[in-house]
Amino acid sequence: MSFLLSTLRRRLSLKRLQRRGGPRPKSGNGFRRFWSWTALIVGGLYFFLPLIGTLEFSLRMRRGEYSLDAYRSVLEDPRFQQTLGYSVIMALATIVVGILIVVPTAYWVRLRLPRWRPVIEFITLLPLVIPAIVVVFGYIRLFNTSSFLPMTGTTMGTNILLMFGYVMLALPYTYRAVDTGLSTIDVRSLTEAAQSLGASWVTIIGRLILPNVFGAVMSGAFLSFAIVIGEFTMASLLNRPAFGPYMQILGANRAYEPAALAVIAFAITWACMGLLSLVTRITRVGRAGK
Amino acid sequence: MSQKFGWNWLGVVPFLAFALLFLMLPTMNIVIGAFRTPGGGFTLANVQGLFSPRIMSSFILSIQISAASALLGCLIGFAIAAAMVHGGLPKWLRGPITTFSGVASNFAGVPLAFAFIATLGRVGLVTMLLRDWFGINIYAMGFNLLSFWGLTLTYLFFQIPLMVLIITPALDGLKKEWREAAEVLGASGWQYWRMVALPVLFPSLLGTFALLFANSFGAIATAYALTGSTLSIVPIMLYAQIRGDVLQDPHLGYAMAFGMIVVTGAANLVYIILRTRAERWMR
Repeated sequence: MSFLLSTLRRRLSLKRLQRRGGPRPKSGNGFRRFWSWTALIVGGLYFFLPLIGTLEFSLRMRRGEYSLDAYRSVLEDPRFQQTLGYSVIMALATIVVGILIVVPTAYWVRLRLPRWRPVIEFITLLPLVIPAIVVVFGYIRLFNTSSFLPMTGTTMGTNILLMFGYVMLALPYTYRAVDTGLSTIDVRSLTEAAQSLGASWVTIIGRLILPNVFGAVMSGAFLSFAIVIGEFTMASLLNRPAFGPYMQILGANRAYEPAALAVIAFAITWACMGLLSLVTRITRVGRAGK
Repeated sequence: MSQKFGWNWLGVVPFLAFALLFLMLPTMNIVIGAFRTPGGGFTLANVQGLFSPRIMSSFILSIQISAASALLGCLIGFAIAAAMVHGGLPKWLRGPITTFSGVASNFAGVPLAFAFIATLGRVGLVTMLLRDWFGINIYAMGFNLLSFWGLTLTYLFFQIPLMVLIITPALDGLKKEWREAAEVLGASGWQYWRMVALPVLFPSLLGTFALLFANSFGAIATAYALTGSTLSIVPIMLYAQIRGDVLQDPHLGYAMAFGMIVVTGAANLVYIILRTRAERWMR
């Protein structure tokens, strides 16, 4: 399974790619450079035109001049505030529960159950294989009102179910991030030192392991946030008032507001990824300084 | 330590319980449902129902869109990554390209559909510019964003960056000595790529293709926000089925979900096998 994992790791720590420069090309190959620039410019056009197009479109709401009316309309919409608030809370809950599930597990597997690693890693990769829509279909059937665990029967139950669904969606990224973080510290020695000083398991994980893999945990957290904030399928099928379904409904009924929403969503994604690479850089610099 | 040995597995019980309850049991439930009659007996009729023209055509359309977006994503992403790593571009470009790829590969779902409607929709920026500046009316020429090619073009926005992120390390893994050896032996740049680099990279390329394929096959939010239900790809049909039982047979819905797992599972299996072969060259 290591290939899938290494792919994930690459998606998680972008900086790694940037540092490790490839073999330097020989200079003077004008032909090759011409095609390189062509590929880059064509690619650049493809990626920037939609962004510029969206930005331009979002400013067009007032006839004949550019204005921020679409943004005002979106920001003043109480449902925008409610759904975004709901999704932010969901994202934060997902991050906290994800950490509570992933950190002790990854730690324990490294410390005591190295033989179980392939099994655990395989499970963490399953969400990449099973489409989210299939899993949520299973939720609706398995946790309906007449089942052994009727979570969809109450609002709170459905919220919790959705939150666990998000933890599941983010699992490949969070587990990978934390496990990579753990590989950089000596788990065994730290644990034995703490134990000989009389620390309990909760103290060891909460005050020793967690701070040591903080950067990795934060990387996973930002990626989880980016995944959860605009998620559509699960929230929509579980009928929760999240940001993703709100955007979809607005898109079906309005013209300019969706473009403004897309700009806002892109900014949120950009912020998450920016913070992710910032955290990666800071933790790496910190470690190099020791 | 040794006396504790038998109880170590207790430490992963919370994780296993979570995975069982929120990942495996729900999936198993659907898979079993696909092989059940409404009365609870075993049947293959639901899976056979997948071969009805309506469902079959949605699977074929989905597979075509996923294959097209994965293939183009691979080709274009490879070109960009190769230009970045081996193409003699300034070194400082590498950072921005990789960071942007990270953002763009995560910018999917509903907002991505909005971005393309604002750009290539009937009154989108590019549509208008082409019409006003160059006199090209792409909609009169038969282009439609809410179509096979429109959806493929939109999916490329996250497929290409994903390819760049995955293939860059493989391109970095091409050893300088191989190129030098090829040049010493008189190979042209094209011969080096055709006879050395591409055969080495081939498993990675094919494997990434499989990953991109699965990636777009399971995607629903972008397609739904873009086309509503005009384009009946599998995830959209399944979505409609879950919401309102449009097939009028709940068990057919389970069979469709099962079919999706089979397709993405097969794509990932190809990825895993080829990746294992590719890793031999990466050392």
